[in-house]
Amino acid sequence: MKALKIQKILFFAILGIATLIYIGPFLFSLSISFNADKNVFDWPIKLLPETFTLDNYKNVWNELPFEKWLFNSVLVTLVQTVTNVFFSALAGFAFARLEFKGRKLIFGLLLSSLMIPGIILLVPKFIILNEFRMINSYAGLIIPGLVGVTNIFLMKQFFETIPKDLEQAALIDGCSYFRIFWQVFLPISKPALAAVAIYTFQGSWNEFLWPVIVTYTEDMYTLPLGMASLRTELLTDWPLLMAGTILISLPTLVIFIVFQRYFVQGVASSGLKG
Amino acid sequence: MATIQIENLEKVYPGAERATIQKANLSIQDKEFVVLVGPSGCGKSTLLRMIAGLEEITSGELQIDGGRMNELSPKDRDIAMVFQNYALYPHMTVFDNMAFGLKLRKTPKQEIKHKVEHAAKILDITHLLDRRPKDMSGGQRQRVAIGRSIVRDPKVFLFDEPLSNLDAKLRVQMRAEIKKLHRQLDATIVYVTHDQIEAMTMGDRIVVLKDGIVQQFDSPMNLFNNPQNKFVAGFIGSPSMNFIEGKIVMQKEATFKSKDLQFAVPKDLRPCLKPYEGKNVVFGFRPEYIYDKAVEKGKRLSESMEIEVEALEPIGSETFVYFHFSGNPDHSFCFRSNSQLAYAVGDKITIGVDIDRLRFFEADTEKRIM
Ligand SMILES: Nc1ncnc2c1ncn2[C@@H]1O[C@H](COP(=O)(O)OP(=O)(O)O)[C@@H](O)[C@H]1O
Ligand SMILES: [Mg+2]
Repeated sequence: MKALKIQKILFFAILGIATLIYIGPFLFSLSISFNADKNVFDWPIKLLPETFTLDNYKNVWNELPFEKWLFNSVLVTLVQTVTNVFFSALAGFAFARLEFKGRKLIFGLLLSSLMIPGIILLVPKFIILNEFRMINSYAGLIIPGLVGVTNIFLMKQFFETIPKDLEQAALIDGCSYFRIFWQVFLPISKPALAAVAIYTFQGSWNEFLWPVIVTYTEDMYTLPLGMASLRTELLTDWPLLMAGTILISLPTLVIFIVFQRYFVQGVASSGLKG
Repeated sequence: MATIQIENLEKVYPGAERATIQKANLSIQDKEFVVLVGPSGCGKSTLLRMIAGLEEITSGELQIDGGRMNELSPKDRDIAMVFQNYALYPHMTVFDNMAFGLKLRKTPKQEIKHKVEHAAKILDITHLLDRRPKDMSGGQRQRVAIGRSIVRDPKVFLFDEPLSNLDAKLRVQMRAEIKKLHRQLDATIVYVTHDQIEAMTMGDRIVVLKDGIVQQFDSPMNLFNNPQNKFVAGFIGSPSMNFIEGKIVMQKEATFKSKDLQFAVPKDLRPCLKPYEGKNVVFGFRPEYIYDKAVEKGKRLSESMEIEVEALEPIGSETFVYFHFSGNPDHSFCFRSNSQLAYAVGDKITIGVDIDRLRFFEADTEKRIM
């Protein structure tokens, strides 16, 4: 009994520490974003602001091209989320359910592309887009992320758990394969679709590396890039930067809280059984 | 009118060593209730799915109503199918599940409503029309699945083990209902099951399949009384037919001789067995046709056989008596006795088999001799 209790305490202690490690920096950023004093890193560092202000948030909106960056980010994220959901479901369906020549080979190639680190692909991707004259354009920002292999894999795995009888009943009822996909498989795959949507949204919204490479004028920046551009060698307005960062992280936070259930389900259903 | 003609139908799955269905030939009549029965893995579903168009036909021809079907897709064959796991669309209500096929065929709304409600009434599921599959019991789901097939008014109904997920009592009830439905709909039905009792009680005619080969296509009573080979004889009937392997030898008269027992072949059978003299044969006799010689006086019974009772299984109306012949305690057999006769384990009894019910099979080909 006693041993169990100690175990429990230990368990909570470890969880507490882990939580603190993850959430601590976020809380500190939050505190900085309300600080009126710009020299937040002067010794001794204060964990809470001496003078509290909302000016940093106002300034994010007024002094920066925040609106433009927000528009860019929303555009890229929305388009990529929608296309990822659609295309990964479509491809997942084909890999899971249609019999065509070379299915295994193509899928194997797709999967093996995951083994190549993304960084290595940056330069070739840049060169290709340059050939198409897409550098520093929305097309350049969006097109490389229209669909992702992981999402296709996830959808394929999910579709494979749907009984074959269901598809055959639909065939007998008179469905074409596209209709089976659209009217039978999609409606019953909401958890998997939501998982793909959330992963994509989050990845796209926070994406930093690719926008850095593909854009060079301020008006094409997305939010993370815009924020990063505030950090200069000489002077960084930390409270302003933190206020912007907090704002950026809000949508992901909200989505996570609202769709938490789907998140967990989606992860579970990416396993062998749905 | 919907006949089904199956000619030399074959199925070889890609990469498989042998054919899953081998040269099947069946001629199914209009409005007939045909049951495909056989042990699990014998190819019943494969054959049914070839009729449905869900499985490609490797060779041979399938005709429904005289028209070649081989190349038609399932939706153009005018068939409906009921699956073992119901296969209802989980996101649709019962009404929509039943209406889906009609909608796809551009049936007018009013007519859809009428047809679905009519089918729901026949199946007694009107009160479920707004429910979703997950809120219903297995029996209710299976009714909906049947409903979905009847609204389309197809030429042929295909059932693939529709009752095997239901409990025993419901299964018996649904059996009767499907039979009734068959009379109401006046439709041709092909019904798959691995349960020989289901097959016997439901089918007008039964196809017995084994390893992808049609063993016999006949009425239930003919399968029971005149099985064409040892497999059918053993598969149909419960408890199964008893088999003893032995030889026909000429002593004073033709005699069946085995480790378990030997007896003189009755006069009427001798001409038939003559060619098998000296050869291995299998003697088969059903538990139903064994009689206690001390009790049964009216029947023409075979020579006396001495047995010893090993175990008893009373089921109320009768008792299954498990026994061995005095010659060989290692091999057990079964006999169905009147439950009035109180046997005990260890009892030694003298039995005889109804002479008209003695069966002999060739040992190597398993074909019936007589
Ligand atoms: N899609 C398939 N590919 C390869 N072999 C199959 C396929 N479907 C069934 N089989 C094989 O065909 C045989 C018969 O299967 P099936 O018709 O489902 O049997 P039953 O319905 O009588 O139990 C089995 O040995 C099975 O392994
Ligand atoms: Mg089967």
